[in-house]
Amino acid sequence: MDVSEIEERLKTAFPDADIDVGALKKDGRHFYCKISAKEFTGKNKVQQHQLVYKALGDYLQQDLHALALQTEAPST
Amino acid sequence: MSNPVFDQIKNVIDSNDVVLFMKGTADFPSCGFSAKVTHILSDLGVSFKDVNILEDDSLRQGLKEFSSWPTFPQLYIKGELVGGCDIVREMYASGELAQLLKEKSIACN
Repeated sequence: MDVSEIEERLKTAFPDADIDVGALKKDGRHFYCKISAKEFTGKNKVQQHQLVYKALGDYLQQDLHALALQTEAPST
Repeated sequence: MSNPVFDQIKNVIDSNDVVLFMKGTADFPSCGFSAKVTHILSDLGVSFKDVNILEDDSLRQGLKEFSSWPTFPQLYIKGELVGGCDIVREMYASGELAQLLKEKSIACN
């Protein structure tokens, strides 16, 4: 699993979003991700993170160990 | 259809105000993210029930489904999922976590 795979999944789920994905460690298992997406508007943090997890789906069930996640709704 | 693992989870979160489903125990967290949330709760002086999901694989899998949340730790306050490490850390830094605990009448610093 690499950064581009995660990024692609997220772009499909949140086409207009600002997405920043990167590796926390070079082991292919620790990633960070910042997303600002209009889909998050009106949702609390738990619901926002749940949307991201849903978009990543079975990727997370594989050997991904950690995804540091920051979500927000766009301010405009 | 009743699901025995879901019943087990509901029973724990209904009978404890604050529950942390984590890797390892509060005394010996076995993952940095679980350790972080443990420290935050200790800093706030909150007593909580720790559940080591590494000891029970059916619980570990069931909880992912129950919460629609694939990773650990998971913090529940008064039966409600508050979040994982990132959310808890953000809420602690902004003071929201302490405020939420006070609103729920849970003793903390």
